[in-house]
Amino acid sequence: MSDYRKGMAKTRRGFFGRIANAFTKSAITDDDWDEIEALLIQADVGAQTTEMLMNRLRARHKRDGLKTSDQLKMGIKEELRALLKPPTPLNISGRELSVVLIVGVNGSGKTTTIGKLANRLHNNNRKVILAAGDTFRAAAIEQLQQWGQRVGVPVVAGKPNADPGAVVYDAISAAKARGHDVLLVDTAGRLQTKYNLMEELRKIKGVMSKVVPDAPHEVLIVLDGTTGQNALLQAKGFSEVAQLTGVIVTKLDSTAKGGMLFAIQQEMGLPIHYVGLGETIHDLILFNPDAFVDGLFEEE
Amino acid sequence: MFESLSNKLQGIFDRLAQRGLLTEADVDTALREVRLALLEADVNLSVAKDFIKRVRERAIGAEVLKALKPGQMVIKIVHEELLETLGEPGKLNLNGPSPRVIMLVGLQGSGKTTTAAKLALRIRREGRRPYLIAADVYRPAAVDQIKALGKQLDIPVYDEGTSAAPPDIAARGLKVATEAGASVVIIDTAGRLQIDDRLMSELEAIKNRTNPAEILLVADAMTGQEAVKIAEGFHQRIAVTGLILTKLDGDARGGAAISMRAVTGVPIKFIGVGEKTDALDVFYPDRMAQRILGMGDVMSLIEKAQETFDQKEAERLGRKFLRAEFNLDDFLQQMRQVKKMGPISSLLGMIPGMGKLKEQINEEEADTTFRKIEALICSMTKEERRNPKVLDARRKKRVARGAGYTNNPKNPERELEGIQEINALLKQFKEMQRMMKMIKGGNLDIRRLLGRN
Repeated sequence: MSDYRKGMAKTRRGFFGRIANAFTKSAITDDDWDEIEALLIQADVGAQTTEMLMNRLRARHKRDGLKTSDQLKMGIKEELRALLKPPTPLNISGRELSVVLIVGVNGSGKTTTIGKLANRLHNNNRKVILAAGDTFRAAAIEQLQQWGQRVGVPVVAGKPNADPGAVVYDAISAAKARGHDVLLVDTAGRLQTKYNLMEELRKIKGVMSKVVPDAPHEVLIVLDGTTGQNALLQAKGFSEVAQLTGVIVTKLDSTAKGGMLFAIQQEMGLPIHYVGLGETIHDLILFNPDAFVDGLFEEE
Repeated sequence: MFESLSNKLQGIFDRLAQRGLLTEADVDTALREVRLALLEADVNLSVAKDFIKRVRERAIGAEVLKALKPGQMVIKIVHEELLETLGEPGKLNLNGPSPRVIMLVGLQGSGKTTTAAKLALRIRREGRRPYLIAADVYRPAAVDQIKALGKQLDIPVYDEGTSAAPPDIAARGLKVATEAGASVVIIDTAGRLQIDDRLMSELEAIKNRTNPAEILLVADAMTGQEAVKIAEGFHQRIAVTGLILTKLDGDARGGAAISMRAVTGVPIKFIGVGEKTDALDVFYPDRMAQRILGMGDVMSLIEKAQETFDQKEAERLGRKFLRAEFNLDDFLQQMRQVKKMGPISSLLGMIPGMGKLKEQINEEEADTTFRKIEALICSMTKEERRNPKVLDARRKKRVARGAGYTNNPKNPERELEGIQEINALLKQFKEMQRMMKMIKGGNLDIRRLLGRN
């Protein structure tokens, strides 16, 4: 928790610190309403979700007779919290080999996240192995290999521009042969609008289920925390092709607020598992909705 | 769930255009929608507010009330304001003593390294001698990445691995590049947050040591409200000279372009439109503004067509078309040319009024249809392509099999299916020839063209 708060400190100052300021006056004024709305918009909550939240807050205001700024603050906090589901543990236990497929658009932080996630799992005494499924971007394989070295887990890689499906196949075989129980599969970044690349992803997933009948056990999308409303389109686009099971949000150590998570949870119900808060190996923490929402309202 | 900004604005203005004079209330209704659309496109809230205020000031009052078509007037004002916000297209400042230094900066994952390679390629195509410097020592394999790109494009890359300090690498690299006779030196820096004081100081040091002519902020077009803070943060510390927006080939509506431009006042110089090394386009504000307003990107379409559609081939086909000598071979050529211009849906998106149709096109289906036709024509003899009339049942059977329509236990009617496809193709082709004859004969009947005989 303290890690989380420390990591989220900048996010709070950026956005939630300001929300707190909106409530310093005691009686509710029109400005309060405008300010809350503006703060939600500026947190990338999105115009539609913001409108919905504001309507709920107005209804609550009438129903519960909210009178002070503090009560209004509690009200919006509860509405925000209600949109976030508690995260479920990753479905990577209770079988010989669990396969986790990591997807996302270019530059969202997939490879870095895999490095950090591998470290977490490795420290939990899991036998982790990585697959370098990004055979397209220059030096993506080397990047994952360096992470493998840092963490101390093996990386299965093919040649640049090799068929990623073949790499995945090899990785699963290697994982089974060497007795690993978690395989994290890196993939090339792709925009969800690119038909051919999305079909390639479908194929990669198909290869997995051929070799391990119920694989992949998790399909996680890595979202850049600084992304705006396109994040929801990304989640939808990838879900259509690869049936996402969860979300990891990166770069929340920036001033970015990650407000698009609310719409994603509300519309898609995907659990948010982890938050990326920096470039070092330890900068991946469990998503904690209570801390996330509490953080919004903490004074500096 | 989201309509595109262009569709949305078009809808609003369609409603406006149907009415008489604009009242203040009309303008406000429309502008509320414009505001919402801008926010949905990730335009920063304050930037959107300022924008709306300016449009409102101009729209309400004499200027509009006197106008004949109020709806058009509002579109014009929104368009003009958008143009003004997006600013003039920016060119690279490459005049002056060689080598000129270009420094690329930005957040992690915004696309700096890929852009560095694209920019180097572009600069070389302009007849200059680019040199790349690998100054990202933090991200694992970042140096390998730019070296691989340099090798692929045959553009020299200076690197010192990951042990030296980036300002030293930049300074030494500049010296090496100068001695090698480079005319433009591009420094690829590590991704960093604008609030990371230590790394921002590093950028200042690189700047002081290399005296760049251009400091370009590379930003992800999908960036949300933070676009303003990112742009401000970098601009305040190192005074950026231009912006490059990446990943504009996706479905991001690119409101970040408006936000970043508004807060820095520096021009947007390029846009990244794909993963290939030549997918870097000059930014045209008028096109962007027109696209936002749903007027289509006619200029882009024309240019794209010119780039890919071989001029001579087009003329040859045109002449044949007029002489009604257009045969199946030409038909295939024409389809291939159109195909080269990119996905049909993206082409439609550039034509005014076609935005809605674009959503109905199933790209996969269109592609399948094209491949089917291609396979069929390619299975015909030269004679059959020139004169499809010779295609009798026996020949059709052969063509169908050649195109992969062979009977198998799973599908014993596969061959028949192929023959039906051939018949459909021939019917379509005949219809085309008939129309060409009408055009040639000068007795083109529009009603017949529309099938309302």
